[in-house]
Amino acid sequence: MAETHSLQDMRQQAAIAAKVFLQRDYTNGTVCQFQTKFPSELETRIDKQQFEETVRTLNNLYAEAEKLGSQSYIEGCLACLTAYTIFLCMETHYEKVLKKIAKYIQEQNDKIYAPRGLLLTDPIERGLRVIEVTIFEDRSLTR
Amino acid sequence: MVMKSIKFSQFSTPAAATEGAEPSSCPGQRSRTARRKWQVFPGRNRFYCNGRIMMARQTGVFYLTLVLILLTSGLFFTFDCPFLASNLTPAIPVVGGVLFFFVMGMLFRASFSDPGVLPRATPDEAADLERQIDSSGCSRPPPRTREVLINGQTVKLKYCFTCKIFRPPRASHCSLCDNCVERFDHHCPWVGNCVGRRNYRFFYLFIVSLSFFTIFIFAFVITHVILRSNRTGFLSALKDSPVVVCFFSVWSIVGLSGFHTYLISSNQTTNEDIKGSWSTKRSKDNYNPYSYGNILTNCCAALCGPLPPSLIDRRGLIRSDTPQTTSQSNGTSGKTNSSNLCSLSQCDQDQCLQSTKFVLQAAATPLLHSDPVVLAPLPGKTTTLGGPCAYLAPTQQSLPSCGGDVLTMRDAAADSHCHHHLHHHHHHHHHHLVSPEETPCTTPQGALPCPAHLHLHPQPHPPVPSPATLYDPASQDALHEDSVRGLVKLSSV
Repeated sequence: MAETHSLQDMRQQAAIAAKVFLQRDYTNGTVCQFQTKFPSELETRIDKQQFEETVRTLNNLYAEAEKLGSQSYIEGCLACLTAYTIFLCMETHYEKVLKKIAKYIQEQNDKIYAPRGLLLTDPIERGLRVIEVTIFEDRSLTR
Repeated sequence: MVMKSIKFSQFSTPAAATEGAEPSSCPGQRSRTARRKWQVFPGRNRFYCNGRIMMARQTGVFYLTLVLILLTSGLFFTFDCPFLASNLTPAIPVVGGVLFFFVMGMLFRASFSDPGVLPRATPDEAADLERQIDSSGCSRPPPRTREVLINGQTVKLKYCFTCKIFRPPRASHCSLCDNCVERFDHHCPWVGNCVGRRNYRFFYLFIVSLSFFTIFIFAFVITHVILRSNRTGFLSALKDSPVVVCFFSVWSIVGLSGFHTYLISSNQTTNEDIKGSWSTKRSKDNYNPYSYGNILTNCCAALCGPLPPSLIDRRGLIRSDTPQTTSQSNGTSGKTNSSNLCSLSQCDQDQCLQSTKFVLQAAATPLLHSDPVVLAPLPGKTTTLGGPCAYLAPTQQSLPSCGGDVLTMRDAAADSHCHHHLHHHHHHHHHHLVSPEETPCTTPQGALPCPAHLHLHPQPHPPVPSPATLYDPASQDALHEDSVRGLVKLSSV
């Protein structure tokens, strides 16, 4: 997904020290949720509350994408009646939320994670399996 | 553009497996045009229309489905509709036409879309998982399952050796397509694709509309014959109106629709139903944790729920910083060659053969002078297995014959490597349902032993130093499971 120019520069300049993977949390079934457990490698880099807040927001967004409500039913029935040709013109609800998620992650990276030498990868690029957090080497620590 | 060119029957060396998988090794003329991700897709799928269409490898039966539907409809519209439109009402061909287009639309949608394939883990992810697995617990082999409590039920998540991930609940690895598929229902040869989370509703609508369509055609063909026989006599009427729909095919499709309606209303997959995962026969308080409680919600969720997007991004362009999946970077993963051999799907046949050979050798060791061991009823002989198969001993008592449930084997945390053998040779021409890895013998047609294995090794070799030492622990327990599976298959002969 889109990454800002500054992030790409950072990636090319800085060396990757480690990668942390946040796995999926299946306690609520097959809905897309990620574990909010704070990884120990990030303890020195970022505030625990902030990180958990990010992950919780992401979880809420994914839950909204997969929510079974009247809107999704209407969309489903309409699609079935038009033999699913309606999706040639409009996006599904899920895709709209995924775009929202991509924007949110980019915004979080710009504001919070890049200054700390971290990078969140959009889970959709990893098949919704993990949230990949890349930890860059601490050349110039700016907090 | 080179997809997997390895055929099932080839017991080729794994060296061939890496061809076509690395974008960096493609010839000079390709380096200018960026390649799309479907061209380096590690599964055994076929892509058409520059990645827009995705199907399984074997599409022969799909063309048969197409031909049957087109032929039947063509005959109906040509021979019966003119008479019916003029004598009864022109609404009949119109309704028939609408049904026909709906059926074809749903068929194409089910066949050509991504069923919900899970992309394989990137090398970093796989390494991270390996580290986690190896560090937890000191038992040998390391546990390849994780337990999760979902809605009060304990569900085991299994590790997929091919995709190097822990499979989400309800996902399964299709041995025919060599992919993990979310909410795997079954691999349908008639549709030429797996049926999973993303195309289950299309598949269901296809079979339901096809049932209505075939009943519609059947009814009106009969009407045509009756009406004509009033004028010209029965036999003459039959001559004028070819009876196009076979009675049995109508009932099998209607039966299948009924079965899937039941599955949808109880929110189960064919896979779970066949294995009896949520049946009360397993334990009294066994229930389906995914069911929403009432039939209506289950149906709405399955048919009108949000349609998740494809996770594999097949038409995306490959960027230089895109991490390649593990099947391509095996050479750089730092594992030993032999473990590479075992993790590549193309050498599954090798591994299966090896494990069968293994089992045969072990069985032959104490019985050097008896008649062919392979055909002897195994339960009686199992306690005498010695040598490299000593580790099998604890599980012997629970090994039933293959016709029944293979309970202990099913819970083993490893991919099936042998099943595509069975599937390929036997299941394609049999029942519609091809269940994935865990149920080697519980197809509706009954237990299907693996005669191919038996014929290949008529001569038991002298006891061989355990080949398990050649493999690393990750594939060793896969080997163990395969040997046991081989054993179970032999017991069903």
